Amino acid sequence: MQPEVFTSLQDFMLHTKSITYILMGVGLVALACFWVFLSGRDEDIRKF
Amino acid sequence: MQYPSVIRETLDSARNQAALWRSRLPSFKELLLSIPRTPANIVTAAILAMGALLTLLRFTLGIGGISNLDNVNPWGIWIGFDLLCGVALAAGGYTTSAACYLFGLKRYHGAVRPAITTAFLGYLFVVVALHYDVGQPWRLVYPIFVSQGTTSVLFEVGLCVFIYLCVLLVEWTPASLEWLGLKTIRSFVVKLTLPLTILGVILSTMHQSSLGALFLTSPGKLHPLWYSSFLPVFFFVSSMFAGMSMVLFEGGLAHRFLHHKMDEAHLHSSREIALGFAKASSFVMAGYLCMRLFDLAMNNNWAYLGTGYGLLYLVELLGFVALPMLLYAFGVREKRFGLIRAASLMAVLGIVLNRLNVCLIAFNWQLPADERYFPSIMEIGLSVFIVTMIITAYRIFAHFLPMLHEHPEYKDAH
Repeated sequence: MQPEVFTSLQDFMLHTKSITYILMGVGLVALACFWVFLSGRDEDIRKF
Repeated sequence: MQYPSVIRETLDSARNQAALWRSRLPSFKELLLSIPRTPANIVTAAILAMGALLTLLRFTLGIGGISNLDNVNPWGIWIGFDLLCGVALAAGGYTTSAACYLFGLKRYHGAVRPAITTAFLGYLFVVVALHYDVGQPWRLVYPIFVSQGTTSVLFEVGLCVFIYLCVLLVEWTPASLEWLGLKTIRSFVVKLTLPLTILGVILSTMHQSSLGALFLTSPGKLHPLWYSSFLPVFFFVSSMFAGMSMVLFEGGLAHRFLHHKMDEAHLHSSREIALGFAKASSFVMAGYLCMRLFDLAMNNNWAYLGTGYGLLYLVELLGFVALPMLLYAFGVREKRFGLIRAASLMAVLGIVLNRLNVCLIAFNWQLPADERYFPSIMEIGLSVFIVTMIITAYRIFAHFLPMLHEHPEYKDAH
């Protein structure tokens, strides 16, 4: 497999930021789902 | 001379207590002979004796006499393990007191004293361990009081650790004041809890992240998989779950070995503490994992994952962050405390691995193998000595002070 070649900083930033922003979207949804999973069997402990 | 009534009362109380102790306390010889000859105590005594000998060698032969440190590798295991891991694992002090006193989660109150004690001992022995690395203990005050390097990140770390150690000392004193019977001072110190907790959180935010910032000056020396402009954030966020995991790990050990020192209220609250801290740790670990992944993508370091360092990186992140995160999550959902204890041990080991990776293993990664640093047996021996001193001090405190139980005269006084 050929290594990626970036001819300018613009190319590099466009490439990395595109991937990062997609990962961030996935991460946000995953974190929300993980919180639901974590709290799924919580008992109601509020005393007020 | 006429003293104000508060001081007079305190002095009288101290005098009475001193007279009482003199009549009660056994002699040093009797005290030594009263220690049970269990295998653990014998091993502890052997390690402490070895440590005393190594200390003598360190301060007579110099740092070159017992360590493999040199000008190329000036930071070794005493910084990578004793200092970086010590500070990270002592973070349970600020996380627990913030949860209890700032966020009002009073159900975690049972964890505050053990966590504060661990944090106090952790920071105290970080300073002790630093002496072995820096040498010349009489110059300890120089960076704070004589010659401040205000443009240095290291100065900020030193100042924060100095102030935070004082804060932890004051936060820790109510337990000892209860034991000493000094009610007036105790009630004054207890009133300081909230401002001290706020100060503790601020100072921890600053120096936990600054320890990561130390490595921002060496982008060429630290492997790209670990080097990041977000290192301070990684260090701070990882300290949160490191501290909570340490509280869980230490709580598990205390349950096993110091069960007889715990009262009913402490035992009753420990399950709730375990579930709450495991849940919080798991979620913070998930966030930390996401940030490390985003950083990998931002720096386009995917190609390094196929190398030996990449394997180490994956072991650190998947084996010691993702796996304990999932174990915590399943442990919380299924209320399986064995899983939570196993996860806490893995998370603690993961933090140790991360700090060693940043400071030692992935540092100077481009140097040929014969120029790389590996600690000498005496350096490792001194680190074992420091850890043993922390455990011994914790055991002594747990034996004498109302740490894992409430003092009968101060029940529900919190």
